[in-house]
Formats: sequence, structure tokens, C-alpha cells
Amino acid sequence: MTTPITKPALKNDLIRLTLAEAKEGLLKKKFSSLDLTKAYLESMESNRNLNAYILETPELALERAKESDKRLAKNEGGLLEGLPLGIKDLFSTEGIQTTAASHILEGFKPPYESTVTQNLQNAGAVFLGKTNMDEFAMGSTNMTSYFGSVINPWKRSDGKDLVPGGSSGGSAAAVAGGLALAATGTDTGGSIRQPAAFSGIVGLKPTYGRCSRWGIVAFASSLDQPGPMTRDVRDAALMLQVMAGHDPKDSTSASLEVPSFEKSLTQGVKGIRVGIPREYRLDGMDSDIVKLWENGAKWLQESGAEIIDVSLPHTKYSLPTYYVLAPAEASSNLARYDGVRYGLRVPGKTLDELYESTRSEGFGTEVQRRILIGTYVLSAGYYDAYYLKAQKVRRLIAQDFELAFQKVDVILAPTTPTPAFALDESPSDPVVMYLNDVLTVPANLAGLPGMSVPAGLSRDGLPLGLQLIGPAFDENVLFRAGSVLEEAAAFKSFLER
Amino acid sequence: MDNQYIYEGASGPWELVVGLEVHAQVISSAKLFSGAATTFGAEPNTQVSFVDAAMPGMLPVINKFCVEQAIKTGFGINAEINLVSIFDRKNYFYADLPAGYQISQYTRPIVGKGYLDIELEDGSVRRIGITRLHLEQDAGKSIHDQHPEKSYIDLNRSGVALMEIVSEPDLRSAEEAAAFVRKLRSIVRCLGTCDGNMDQGSMRIDVNISVRKAGEPFGTRAEIKNVNSIKFLTQAIHYEAERQIVILEEGGEILQETRLFDSARGTTRPMRSKEHAHDYRYFPDPDLPPLILDKAWVEELRKNLPELPDAKKSRFMQDYELSAYDASVLVAEMETASYFEEALKFLKPLNPKAAKLLANWLIGEVFGALNREDKTIEACPVTPPHLSGLINQIQEGIISGKIAKEVFSLMWESEKDAKTLIEEHGLKQVSDDSAILAVIDRVLSKNVTMVQEYKSGKDKLFGFFVGQVMKDMAGKANPELVNKLLKEKLG
Repeated sequence: MTTPITKPALKNDLIRLTLAEAKEGLLKKKFSSLDLTKAYLESMESNRNLNAYILETPELALERAKESDKRLAKNEGGLLEGLPLGIKDLFSTEGIQTTAASHILEGFKPPYESTVTQNLQNAGAVFLGKTNMDEFAMGSTNMTSYFGSVINPWKRSDGKDLVPGGSSGGSAAAVAGGLALAATGTDTGGSIRQPAAFSGIVGLKPTYGRCSRWGIVAFASSLDQPGPMTRDVRDAALMLQVMAGHDPKDSTSASLEVPSFEKSLTQGVKGIRVGIPREYRLDGMDSDIVKLWENGAKWLQESGAEIIDVSLPHTKYSLPTYYVLAPAEASSNLARYDGVRYGLRVPGKTLDELYESTRSEGFGTEVQRRILIGTYVLSAGYYDAYYLKAQKVRRLIAQDFELAFQKVDVILAPTTPTPAFALDESPSDPVVMYLNDVLTVPANLAGLPGMSVPAGLSRDGLPLGLQLIGPAFDENVLFRAGSVLEEAAAFKSFLER
Repeated sequence: MDNQYIYEGASGPWELVVGLEVHAQVISSAKLFSGAATTFGAEPNTQVSFVDAAMPGMLPVINKFCVEQAIKTGFGINAEINLVSIFDRKNYFYADLPAGYQISQYTRPIVGKGYLDIELEDGSVRRIGITRLHLEQDAGKSIHDQHPEKSYIDLNRSGVALMEIVSEPDLRSAEEAAAFVRKLRSIVRCLGTCDGNMDQGSMRIDVNISVRKAGEPFGTRAEIKNVNSIKFLTQAIHYEAERQIVILEEGGEILQETRLFDSARGTTRPMRSKEHAHDYRYFPDPDLPPLILDKAWVEELRKNLPELPDAKKSRFMQDYELSAYDASVLVAEMETASYFEEALKFLKPLNPKAAKLLANWLIGEVFGALNREDKTIEACPVTPPHLSGLINQIQEGIISGKIAKEVFSLMWESEKDAKTLIEEHGLKQVSDDSAILAVIDRVLSKNVTMVQEYKSGKDKLFGFFVGQVMKDMAGKANPELVNKLLKEKLG
């Protein structure tokens, strides 16, 4: 069944709903998937200034929405039936341009669908388009995209355009600004959690191996993990339920049963031990962030959790370790973009010339920088000092967490050292820029699940996120603690303001 | 000559040191990390999955069967199986290497140290150490001769499983190197893990060669890439050894370099210049967790191995009293061994004498005829039961060995059995005393002077009389009887 043209007032309401609320509305037939999808398509059109999407696929979305409505009418809907989502442009989508925000893949239409997006489609989700991101997921601002920067829907008191964070900046802006009900992201060093924090939404990086990486353009294979970016914690649970699962096509995906996430949402934190890692208290940390962290601990304590100081002594090595290992893997993963088989080809007289021209023109500065770093740290004579050393330190960092999780059930920390900054304040020194990832990178190195929950505002009125890190394959503890934080913080999203 | 351990240079003898890296394509219907097929000679780019073409986001998944094949081969070369091994990426750019890296095993291969015993023509046996066997992917193929400016790429081979088997630098001659490859080939064929077809490229050899004065440390080596026949292997080693000796004797230095064998000229030449020297930047492939093998499963594979050539050889020597040389010739190729074993079933009686005769006929007449007509033993017109039928006729004294050769030729042409042909052509041996005696009388009466000479002590003439008798009877006389009767007659 299709509802007649919806009233504009209702449309505005529609884009404010959470995934769970929209799902309920569809099931109760308060509106159709077509209504919902149209509302989002209109919002996308009127908010193009945010540049949240690289590609909008309205015809396809409408077509799928109609199909969803048919299934809903027959009560045959899947878990996400008819719900319009944004898909980070790192996920291969069959027959639909997939670029990783790089010139080198401009126009590339994969003849296959990534496992995670296939899972979402199988559950009935409607895809609105491909969201913008940092090129090959390398960045914390979304400014390295070949398709231009994304603007954070939030405005600071001075009115300047802010970055949404990155690399999943388009997904974050879309979810925060009402351009998607929820979105997929990927997180290699914080690429889901940091933009979630900057944009006042929930971002969950699952345990490494929880979701399949098959069909996701690889950045750093041992760190990459897809996850949901949503309006609230419940939505993250709902969406992860569909995204997760063993995939025989990904040898690193865990062959474990996926537990029910939704039921943990109401379990509370009574008796749960929450660790506060002292090494995360950075020198000169923004006082707003320090305050937020203290609030978070207090809220959890008030709900019955026990707060325990823990030490993760190798934290200070996380960033250098990450910036050796991730570029090393990237330098190898990105070797396939050579102009020979697909994507951009800049002709040359010799094969080497073809490579040089294609890759010089096809990759942006940041990507080239990381390929060079990665090539360097793997080179003969440097391998032991950099790559091998970093692998050893990575093990120590993981061990820190293993020891900590003998004493606590979950770790609480801020997600980012600062709130979102303006595009023109973005550090030009890449090393200063990399400091953005300092609080998120350790969970990737240790393969642990981490979630950012919006929990307060900075003095400039910008959203701040609290990060929860759990033991491997225990996303449920994040949902439990995350729900408590969310409720206590009573954070009002951009759309609610 | 092949069997030279020592090369004579102007400054005296030089010792040759050779190590081999054999790339053996795994027999498997699917590739090492993708489900794509591996048919040889298929239309270009028809056996390519998204993984093989390194499309974005594609991931490798290990093919269990290829692992099984590598383990079986490991047992075949008497090697230890590593229950934990690691896949590494070997990074380099080339148009027929889609991912920009080859998945291989660098620090921790699936198979560790082993050895092969090789038999040399003088009957001696040498034990050659094997350093390791590892699994890796093959690259695609670049085709440069189809277009004046462009090269074409065929990815059918991309991702096909190879076993790289590395020997210790234990080989000291071209003959030994050839024997090593033959032995390895017979083992992998026997195991069904590689077809060993060098002309189709399913077995390719890189040769590391250096020379030194006896007792000195290893010299600088040159590596000769992609040698694709045993004949070329021998040629390449000889050429390269002599090239290095000349350089050293002239006071020059050997460059550690990669060289190509030019089969048309029988020489080696350097590959492209130094600018293409590779730093492969090996690191563990983050898409593939360590390969951990179940001990019980590995043990199960070991238990179910077929009989290997060495074991078969011992059995042939023990059961049929064959010489070490004959036995190793028979087991060198699985097809020969099968032919022999099939033929044994038809020997009447089956005893060491008959088996030995069968082996002689197989190695001599059958191999000779196959070589002349460039046929494989599977295409041999004389079937195993027919060959044994012929042996039985000899054993029963129905024909002589000499006539048997004639019968064999007839069998080869007609594909009929020996008994039928002997009947048809009246080749049955004459064992009738009176018939032979009649001929003896005739021969002796024709050669009276010679009979006198014989009787006065010229013993050698006995053979002449035998020959004359046999000739007169068209070779059909029972030779033992001829001897006996002649002796009696001549006193």
C-alpha cells in the first residue's frame, strides 16, 4: 500500500525519527517506506551544501522503497525493511559507482555487492546513495576526499563551517543532519567514532572480525572494521545485528554466533566495573572534555557501576605504532590501483610511466604520503626497526587491555581530544592532524569494540562524545553502558534543536 | 659429458655447486585463494575470479585441497610438516600481477627440511637436502607479440597454486641436478600433486650456480630463471659453470645476478638491468590468519599416501631380485611402474627369473621402440599382457630370445599377441633332435676344412658352426639344443 503525498510537516517529523521509531511507524503503517524515503531524498536535495554524498541514487531508492512497502503490506518485512540508509563510499555496491572518494576509482562500478551491504539489503534496507569520506578512509576531517570536503551540520557560535570528522564524515553529517536515517561507516583508527563524536551521533566500531570486510575497499586490513553510525544507541544495536556475522569469504571474520544486541539495551550497568585509563588523560586536554569524562563516570556510578582506575601503560606508543602499521598495509593494499584493469588510467609510453602517471594523478596528497611511509617502513633495512617493532608494540598494547579487562568490564574515555574544528583551522602539519586519533587508535590496534556516544556540548555549543571500549566480542557491554550514558546525558541531537 | 664433478680449468680443477628452486603447479581444480578454475589452455581471461583480478575489496580464502597437496608432497620429500605456517605478501609492480603483490610464504613455510635420495648412473646414491617447500600464487601472463605497442595480459594463471621446493646447495653436477628433478617429478606424479609437465610450464626451475676450488667456501652465485626442461637444465648448468670459470680464471668477479637461459643458443644472459632490482617488502598478509593444521588430519594424510617410488623400488628389488638400477628405472615414471606391475600379473610362472626378463624387455626393447616412435608408455601398442605373453613363450622354450625380437616387432605392428603371431608366421622354435642333427650334418659336411681346424684346437670356430646352423634354420632352432648336439657331434 502507498500513502498519498505526505504533508510537509510530517516530512520534517519523519527525518527526525530514529531507526527504531521509523521501523515502528512502518510496522504500524503510520507512513510508508516511500514517504520516508521521499522525505530523505528531499532533505538530501536541500542540504547538498553539506556535500555529504558523493552519489545520490534516488531512483533506485524509490524503487526499493516501493518493494519494501509491498513486503511490509504482506507482513514479510525484514529487520530493516524500508528504512533509508546512507552507505559509505568504501562499500562496494553492485552496479553503483564506488570510489573510496578517490579520483583513481572515479566511475568504477563493482560487479559485486559487499557482504555487509548485502546483509542490509537482505534485511530490506533502502540505500539513498554513497556517502562522502576521506580518500581511501585516510583522514580525520573528510578534507582529503577527491569529491570535496563535507560540512558538519553543527555550527559553532562564530558561524564558521566545521569539519564533520573523518574518515566517515559524509555518513556522520548525513545521520546528524537528517540526510539518512542511519549510515554505514568503517573504522581503521577512529573513522566511525571520531566523526560520530564531532557530529553528535552514535558510532560503533565492532570487534575486529565481527563484520565481514569482503567487498569493502581495503585501507589497512588488520585494522579495518565496518560498523553502524546512528541517531542513538538502540539504533546501533539494531543495525549491527544485521551487519554482523561470519562470512566464509573473509578469512578474518569470526565464526561466532552473533548474540542478540537489542536485549542488552535495558540491562543497565548495576555491578559493572568501569575502568578509567589514566594514560588517556592527555596533557593540556580541553577542560570541556575532562568535565564530560567526569560526568560520564559519575552517571555510570549513579546507575550502579563501580568506577576503577586502570592503567594502559603502552598507550603513548599507539599513535606511532598505528602510523607505521596502517600505512604499511595500505601501501600494499593500494598497489592494485595501477591503471591496468579498472579505474583511472593515465597512459604512458612504458609500463612504469603508466604506473607513475596514473598513481600520481589518481591519488591525493595524503594517500600518497601514506603509501610512501608504508613503503619505507617495509623496505629492506627498515623493516625490523619500524614494521616489526610496531607489531611487537601492538601486541603489548593489546596485552594492556587484556590485563585491564581482568579488573574491569568496560573502559570509559573521551572519543576525541577536542570538539569539531573549522575547515580553515585544520592543521597543515600531518603529525598534528594525526593527534586527533590518539584516543581511538588503541581499540583498533587491540581489535576491540569501541563506541562513541554523544554526551554533552563544548563551551562553543559543539557536540562531544564519550567512548566505551569493551573486551573482544562483547559489544553488549557497550550497549548496556552506552544506553545508560545516553539517558543520563539527555543529549539533544542537531535535528532536535 | 654429464657425469663431471670437476671442471678442468686452466688453473686446475673447479668444483660446481648447484641449488634448485622448483616451482611445481599444484594439481587442483581451483586456485589457491579463489574458487576460479585452473584449466590449462583455456581462452584468455576466462578462468579469472574477482579475487584473481584483484578487484577492490576482494579477499583471499585458502583452498584446503591445495594445502593437502602441499602436505602430501612434503611427506614425499621426507620433510617435516609445520603445523603453523604464515602467508606473506611479496610486493612488486608488474602488469600481470594484479594485486601488486604475490601471496607466498616467506618466514614460515608449510613444509620444512627434507631430502631426496638420487640414484646416479654408476649406481651410487646421494642424499640431497631440501630446505623447504612453500605454497604461493602464480602470476598471470604478459603477451608482448600481439600488438606493436601494446602488451596483452592473460590472468588465467593468476592465483594458481604453486609449490616452491628449494634444495640445499648440495648438487655437484648437471647429472645430479637432472636426477634430482627427475626424482622429484616421479614423486609428485606418484602423489598426484603436480603433473610435472615441464613443457606446459607446470614445473619450472630456477637454478643457482656457483663454482669454487675444492675445500673453499661457496663462490658468488648466479640464478638462472625459468628453465623448463631437464635438457635445458643440463645445458644451462654446463654453460654457466664454464662462463664463471673463465671469468674467475681471468681474474674477474662473478656478479650476483639473475640470468635467463636462451634455449636457442644454449647460453645464459643477464636479465634486465639493476634498476629493476626488487625490494619485495615481504610482510605477513593481514587478510590471512596463520595456517594452523590439525595434527590428526596431517597424520591421516600421511597414512593414506600411495606407495612412493623409493618404497616401490625396494619392493621390486626384494620380490623380483631386480638390480638397483633396473628397479629405479622402472619406478622413475609412475606409468612405467604401473605397466610393469600390470604385466607381472600375466607372467606364468611368476618368478624372479621371469620378472627379471620382463624388466629387461621393458627397459630394452619397449623403451627403445617407444623412443624411436616418440611414444609414451600409455600409447604403447604392445600391452602389458601381450608383453608377458611373449616372455612366457620364451620361458617355455617355444621361441628363442632372438626370434622373440622378431615376434616383438610383429606385435608392435599388428597389436596381436605373441602366441598368435608365432603360429601365423611359423616361428616356433625347432626342438626336434633329428631336424637339427640333419642341418648339423649338412653344415659340417660343407665345411670340412674348418671341422679339421676345430679339431686341431681352434675352439673359436664352434661359434661359427652354431651360427651356420641357426642361419640355415632361420633362427628357429632351439639354441641350447644346437649347442648340445654340435658338441656331441664334434666330439
